[in-house]
Amino acid sequence: MNSLIRSTGRCLRSGAAACLLRTADGRVGAASARFLCSAADVQKDLGELVKKDKVVVFMKGTPAQPMCGFSNAVVQILRMHGVDQYSSYNVLEDQELREGVKVFSNWPTIPQVYFNGEFVGGCDILLQMHQNGDLVDELKKLGIRSALLDAEKESK
Amino acid sequence: MLPSVSRSTRLLSARLSASRPLAHFRTHMDPDSNRPVETTIRTKLTERFKPDFLEVHNESHMHAVPPGSESHFRVLVVSSQFAGLPLIQRHRLVNEALKEELSSCVHALAIQAKTPEQWGMDPTLGKSPPCMGGSKGDHTVEEKLKAGRE
Repeated sequence: MNSLIRSTGRCLRSGAAACLLRTADGRVGAASARFLCSAADVQKDLGELVKKDKVVVFMKGTPAQPMCGFSNAVVQILRMHGVDQYSSYNVLEDQELREGVKVFSNWPTIPQVYFNGEFVGGCDILLQMHQNGDLVDELKKLGIRSALLDAEKESK
Repeated sequence: MLPSVSRSTRLLSARLSASRPLAHFRTHMDPDSNRPVETTIRTKLTERFKPDFLEVHNESHMHAVPPGSESHFRVLVVSSQFAGLPLIQRHRLVNEALKEELSSCVHALAIQAKTPEQWGMDPTLGKSPPCMGGSKGDHTVEEKLKAGRE
Protein backbone atom coordinates (compact mmCIF):
# COMPACT_ATOMS: atom_id res chain seq x y z
CA MET A 1 0.00 0.00 0.00
CA ASN A 2 2.77 2.43 0.95
CA SER A 3 4.60 1.92 -2.33
CA LEU A 4 1.44 2.69 -4.25
CA ILE A 5 0.94 5.88 -2.27
CA ARG A 6 4.58 6.84 -2.90
CA SER A 7 4.24 6.15 -6.60
CA THR A 8 1.00 8.11 -6.64
CA GLY A 9 2.86 11.06 -5.14
CA ARG A 10 5.54 10.78 -7.83
CA CYS A 11 2.87 10.72 -10.52
CA LEU A 12 1.15 13.84 -9.26
CA ARG A 13 4.41 15.73 -8.87
CA SER A 14 5.51 14.84 -12.40
CA GLY A 15 2.16 15.86 -13.79
CA ALA A 16 1.49 12.44 -15.23
CA ALA A 17 -2.00 10.96 -15.28
CA ALA A 18 -3.53 10.75 -11.83
CA CYS A 19 -3.09 7.51 -9.98
CA LEU A 20 -6.19 6.10 -8.41
CA LEU A 21 -5.80 4.86 -4.88
CA ARG A 22 -7.03 1.53 -3.67
CA THR A 23 -10.13 1.22 -1.59
CA ALA A 24 -9.75 0.88 2.16
CA ASP A 25 -9.74 -2.90 2.15
CA GLY A 26 -6.83 -2.87 -0.26
CA ARG A 27 -8.87 -4.18 -3.16
CA VAL A 28 -8.92 -2.46 -6.53
CA GLY A 29 -12.43 -2.62 -7.91
CA ALA A 30 -12.90 -4.55 -11.10
CA ALA A 31 -13.99 -1.46 -13.01
CA SER A 32 -11.32 1.00 -11.79
CA ALA A 33 -8.15 1.89 -13.64
CA ARG A 34 -4.59 1.96 -12.33
CA PHE A 35 -2.08 4.39 -13.80
CA LEU A 36 1.50 3.73 -12.81
CA CYS A 37 4.51 5.81 -13.67
CA SER A 38 7.37 3.45 -14.35
CA ALA A 39 7.86 -0.10 -15.54
CA ALA A 40 9.68 -0.95 -12.31
CA ASP A 41 6.73 0.29 -10.27
CA VAL A 42 4.41 -1.89 -12.31
CA GLN A 43 6.52 -4.99 -11.72
CA LYS A 44 6.76 -4.29 -7.99
CA ASP A 45 3.06 -3.66 -7.64
CA LEU A 46 2.23 -6.73 -9.66
CA GLY A 47 4.28 -8.76 -7.22
CA GLU A 48 1.94 -7.52 -4.51
CA LEU A 49 -1.24 -7.60 -6.61
CA VAL A 50 -1.04 -11.26 -7.49
CA LYS A 51 -0.87 -12.18 -3.80
CA LYS A 52 -3.75 -9.96 -2.71
CA ASP A 53 -6.36 -12.60 -3.31
CA LYS A 54 -6.58 -16.37 -3.66
CA VAL A 55 -7.70 -15.97 -7.27
CA VAL A 56 -6.43 -13.08 -9.37
CA VAL A 57 -7.31 -12.62 -13.02
CA PHE A 58 -5.87 -10.17 -15.55
CA MET A 59 -8.39 -9.91 -18.33
CA LYS A 60 -9.92 -7.75 -21.03
CA GLY A 61 -13.01 -6.13 -19.66
CA THR A 62 -14.57 -7.07 -16.35
CA PRO A 63 -16.28 -10.21 -15.04
CA ALA A 64 -19.58 -8.40 -15.48
CA GLN A 65 -18.67 -7.31 -18.99
CA PRO A 66 -15.82 -9.24 -20.58
CA MET A 67 -14.44 -7.73 -23.79
CA CYS A 68 -12.80 -10.84 -25.18
CA GLY A 69 -14.00 -14.40 -25.75
CA PHE A 70 -10.96 -15.95 -24.06
CA SER A 71 -11.31 -13.67 -21.02
CA ASN A 72 -15.02 -14.47 -20.92
CA ALA A 73 -14.23 -18.19 -20.96
CA VAL A 74 -12.10 -17.79 -17.81
CA VAL A 75 -14.90 -15.88 -16.08
CA GLN A 76 -17.47 -18.52 -17.06
CA ILE A 77 -15.30 -21.42 -15.94
CA LEU A 78 -14.67 -19.82 -12.57
CA ARG A 79 -18.39 -19.08 -12.27
CA MET A 80 -19.24 -22.72 -12.99
CA HIS A 81 -17.11 -23.68 -10.01
CA GLY A 82 -18.86 -21.09 -7.87
CA VAL A 83 -15.88 -18.74 -7.85
CA ASP A 84 -17.43 -15.29 -8.20
CA GLN A 85 -15.40 -13.33 -5.68
CA TYR A 86 -11.91 -12.67 -6.93
CA SER A 87 -9.67 -9.81 -7.92
CA SER A 88 -9.78 -8.96 -11.56
CA TYR A 89 -7.88 -6.29 -13.44
CA ASN A 90 -8.98 -4.88 -16.77
CA VAL A 91 -5.85 -4.51 -18.91
CA LEU A 92 -7.77 -2.53 -21.54
CA GLU A 93 -7.94 0.35 -19.09
CA ASP A 94 -4.23 0.45 -18.36
CA GLN A 95 -1.66 -0.03 -21.09
CA GLU A 96 1.23 -0.18 -18.61
CA LEU A 97 -0.51 -2.91 -16.69
CA ARG A 98 -1.24 -4.74 -19.91
CA GLU A 99 2.41 -4.76 -20.95
CA GLY A 100 3.70 -5.11 -17.41
CA VAL A 101 1.78 -8.27 -16.60
CA LYS A 102 3.11 -9.95 -19.75
CA VAL A 103 6.65 -9.23 -18.58
CA PHE A 104 5.87 -10.19 -14.99
CA SER A 105 4.35 -13.53 -15.92
CA ASN A 106 6.64 -14.06 -18.91
CA TRP A 107 3.46 -14.85 -20.79
CA PRO A 108 2.51 -13.14 -24.03
CA THR A 109 -1.28 -13.13 -23.92
CA ILE A 110 -4.29 -12.11 -21.85
CA PRO A 111 -6.18 -13.50 -19.89
CA GLN A 112 -3.81 -14.58 -17.11
CA VAL A 113 -4.86 -16.45 -13.99
CA TYR A 114 -3.06 -16.56 -10.63
CA PHE A 115 -3.85 -18.91 -7.73
CA ASN A 116 -2.30 -17.92 -4.39
CA GLY A 117 0.21 -15.70 -6.10
CA GLU A 118 1.31 -18.40 -8.51
CA PHE A 119 0.77 -18.12 -12.24
CA VAL A 120 -1.54 -20.87 -13.48
CA GLY A 121 -1.87 -20.02 -17.14
CA GLY A 122 -4.34 -18.60 -19.61
CA CYS A 123 -7.71 -19.64 -20.96
CA ASP A 124 -6.50 -22.88 -22.58
CA ILE A 125 -4.89 -24.18 -19.41
CA LEU A 126 -7.83 -23.23 -17.19
CA LEU A 127 -10.18 -24.95 -19.63
CA GLN A 128 -8.12 -28.13 -19.69
CA MET A 129 -7.86 -28.11 -15.91
CA HIS A 130 -11.64 -27.77 -15.77
CA GLN A 131 -12.13 -30.62 -18.23
CA ASN A 132 -9.72 -33.04 -16.58
CA GLY A 133 -10.83 -32.34 -13.02
CA ASP A 134 -7.62 -30.66 -11.91
CA LEU A 135 -9.36 -27.34 -11.31
CA VAL A 136 -11.53 -28.81 -8.56
CA ASP A 137 -8.37 -30.05 -6.84
CA GLU A 138 -6.50 -26.78 -7.26
CA LEU A 139 -9.42 -24.79 -5.87
CA LYS A 140 -9.53 -27.19 -2.92
CA LYS A 141 -5.88 -26.35 -2.19
CA LEU A 142 -6.94 -22.71 -2.04
CA GLY A 143 -9.62 -23.59 0.47
CA ILE A 144 -12.35 -23.13 -2.11
CA ARG A 145 -14.91 -25.86 -2.53
CA SER A 146 -15.97 -26.11 -6.16
CA ALA A 147 -19.69 -25.73 -6.74
CA LEU A 148 -19.45 -28.65 -9.15
CA LEU A 149 -18.85 -30.98 -6.22
CA ASP A 150 -22.16 -29.94 -4.72
CA ALA A 151 -23.88 -30.27 -8.06
CA GLU A 152 -22.44 -33.78 -8.36
CA LYS A 153 -23.65 -34.63 -4.88
CA GLU A 154 -27.17 -33.46 -5.63
CA SER A 155 -27.40 -35.53 -8.76
CA LYS A 156 -26.51 -38.76 -6.95
CA MET B 1 11.53 -35.94 -45.75
CA LEU B 2 11.32 -37.83 -42.43
CA PRO B 3 8.54 -40.46 -42.29
CA SER B 4 6.85 -38.74 -39.34
CA VAL B 5 6.86 -35.36 -41.05
CA SER B 6 5.50 -36.72 -44.34
CA ARG B 7 2.84 -38.65 -42.39
CA SER B 8 1.75 -35.57 -40.49
CA THR B 9 1.78 -33.54 -43.67
CA ARG B 10 -0.50 -36.09 -45.36
CA LEU B 11 -2.75 -36.16 -42.31
CA LEU B 12 -2.81 -32.39 -42.24
CA SER B 13 -3.58 -32.15 -45.97
CA ALA B 14 -6.36 -34.72 -45.59
CA ARG B 15 -7.83 -32.87 -42.66
CA LEU B 16 -7.61 -29.53 -44.46
CA SER B 17 -9.29 -31.05 -47.53
CA ALA B 18 -12.12 -32.26 -45.39
CA SER B 19 -12.66 -28.90 -43.76
CA ARG B 20 -12.06 -26.65 -46.72
CA PRO B 21 -13.60 -27.81 -50.03
CA LEU B 22 -11.05 -26.14 -52.31
CA ALA B 23 -8.05 -27.09 -50.18
CA HIS B 24 -7.13 -30.03 -52.40
CA PHE B 25 -6.15 -27.58 -55.13
CA ARG B 26 -3.35 -26.48 -52.80
CA THR B 27 -0.52 -28.88 -52.18
CA HIS B 28 1.86 -28.72 -49.27
CA MET B 29 4.44 -27.43 -51.74
CA ASP B 30 2.42 -24.20 -52.20
CA PRO B 31 4.70 -21.29 -51.23
CA ASP B 32 1.88 -19.86 -49.05
CA SER B 33 3.08 -16.42 -50.01
CA ASN B 34 -0.19 -14.90 -48.93
CA ARG B 35 -0.06 -16.67 -45.54
CA PRO B 36 3.45 -15.87 -44.35
CA VAL B 37 2.72 -15.89 -40.63
CA GLU B 38 0.88 -19.20 -40.75
CA THR B 39 3.74 -20.69 -42.75
CA THR B 40 6.33 -19.42 -40.30
CA ILE B 41 4.38 -20.78 -37.33
CA ARG B 42 4.10 -24.17 -38.98
CA THR B 43 7.79 -24.24 -39.85
CA LYS B 44 8.97 -23.19 -36.41
CA LEU B 45 6.73 -25.61 -34.53
CA THR B 46 7.78 -28.45 -36.83
CA GLU B 47 11.46 -27.72 -36.35
CA ARG B 48 11.20 -27.26 -32.60
CA PHE B 49 8.93 -30.14 -31.63
CA LYS B 50 9.28 -32.67 -34.46
CA PRO B 51 5.55 -33.29 -33.97
CA ASP B 52 3.70 -36.48 -34.75
CA PHE B 53 0.81 -34.27 -35.67
CA LEU B 54 0.48 -30.53 -36.12
CA GLU B 55 -2.39 -28.22 -36.94
CA VAL B 56 -2.11 -24.49 -37.36
CA HIS B 57 -5.35 -22.58 -37.82
CA ASN B 58 -5.66 -18.90 -38.61
CA GLU B 59 -8.73 -17.87 -36.63
CA SER B 60 -8.46 -14.16 -37.39
CA HIS B 61 -11.71 -14.29 -39.37
CA MET B 62 -13.50 -15.16 -36.12
CA HIS B 63 -12.42 -11.89 -34.55
CA ALA B 64 -12.93 -8.16 -34.96
CA VAL B 65 -10.03 -7.69 -37.39
CA PRO B 66 -9.98 -7.00 -41.15
CA PRO B 67 -10.29 -9.90 -43.63
CA GLY B 68 -6.96 -11.47 -44.55
CA SER B 69 -5.44 -10.75 -41.13
CA GLU B 70 -3.02 -13.16 -39.53
CA SER B 71 -3.43 -12.09 -35.91
CA HIS B 72 -5.33 -14.86 -34.12
CA PHE B 73 -4.17 -18.48 -34.29
CA ARG B 74 -4.98 -21.86 -32.80
CA VAL B 75 -2.28 -24.52 -32.78
CA LEU B 76 -2.38 -28.18 -31.90
CA VAL B 77 1.01 -29.80 -31.36
CA VAL B 78 1.31 -33.52 -30.71
CA SER B 79 4.84 -34.39 -29.68
CA SER B 80 6.58 -36.84 -27.42
CA GLN B 81 8.72 -33.92 -26.25
CA PHE B 82 5.83 -32.92 -24.00
CA ALA B 83 5.96 -36.17 -22.03
CA GLY B 84 6.28 -35.57 -18.31
CA LEU B 85 5.79 -31.83 -18.64
CA PRO B 86 2.92 -30.00 -16.94
CA LEU B 87 0.62 -27.97 -19.19
CA ILE B 88 2.16 -24.66 -18.27
CA GLN B 89 5.63 -25.87 -19.22
CA ARG B 90 4.36 -27.15 -22.55
CA HIS B 91 2.64 -23.87 -23.32
CA ARG B 92 5.75 -21.91 -22.33
CA LEU B 93 7.79 -23.98 -24.78
CA VAL B 94 5.33 -23.23 -27.58
CA ASN B 95 5.31 -19.53 -26.64
CA GLU B 96 9.11 -19.55 -26.70
CA ALA B 97 9.20 -21.14 -30.16
CA LEU B 98 6.89 -18.42 -31.47
CA LYS B 99 8.36 -15.58 -29.42
CA GLU B 100 9.08 -13.44 -32.46
CA GLU B 101 5.59 -13.77 -33.91
CA LEU B 102 3.94 -13.15 -30.54
CA SER B 103 5.90 -9.96 -30.03
CA SER B 104 5.13 -8.66 -33.51
CA CYS B 105 2.00 -9.63 -35.38
CA VAL B 106 0.27 -12.45 -33.47
CA HIS B 107 -2.21 -11.11 -30.95
CA ALA B 108 -3.84 -14.33 -29.77
CA LEU B 109 -2.52 -17.88 -29.67
CA ALA B 110 -4.69 -20.77 -28.48
CA ILE B 111 -2.55 -23.80 -27.69
CA GLN B 112 -3.17 -27.51 -27.33
CA ALA B 113 0.01 -29.41 -26.53
CA LYS B 114 -0.42 -33.15 -26.23
CA THR B 115 1.72 -36.25 -26.11
CA PRO B 116 0.98 -38.88 -28.76
CA GLU B 117 -0.70 -41.03 -26.10
CA GLN B 118 -2.97 -38.18 -24.99
CA TRP B 119 -3.83 -37.40 -28.59
CA GLY B 120 -4.66 -41.05 -29.19
CA MET B 121 -7.10 -41.01 -26.28
CA ASP B 122 -8.76 -37.77 -27.31
CA PRO B 123 -8.09 -36.72 -30.91
CA THR B 124 -10.21 -33.57 -30.90
CA LEU B 125 -9.24 -30.04 -31.82
CA GLY B 126 -10.38 -27.50 -29.26
CA LYS B 127 -12.78 -24.77 -30.25
CA SER B 128 -12.17 -21.11 -29.56
CA PRO B 129 -14.86 -19.19 -27.70
CA PRO B 130 -16.88 -16.62 -29.67
CA CYS B 131 -15.25 -13.22 -30.07
CA MET B 132 -16.57 -10.43 -27.90
CA GLY B 133 -15.19 -7.70 -30.09
CA GLY B 134 -12.30 -6.66 -27.87
CA SER B 135 -9.88 -6.29 -30.77
CA LYS B 136 -11.97 -3.60 -32.40
CA GLY B 137 -10.51 -0.17 -31.72
CA ASP B 138 -7.70 -1.73 -29.69
CA HIS B 139 -4.59 0.12 -30.75
CA THR B 140 -2.29 -2.70 -29.60
CA VAL B 141 -4.05 -5.01 -32.07
CA GLU B 142 -3.87 -2.33 -34.77
CA GLU B 143 -0.11 -2.13 -34.31
CA LYS B 144 0.16 -5.90 -34.59
CA LEU B 145 -1.93 -5.93 -37.76
CA LYS B 146 0.36 -3.25 -39.18
CA ALA B 147 3.42 -5.34 -38.26
CA GLY B 148 1.86 -8.31 -40.00
CA ARG B 149 1.27 -6.34 -43.17
CA GLU B 150 4.87 -5.11 -43.38
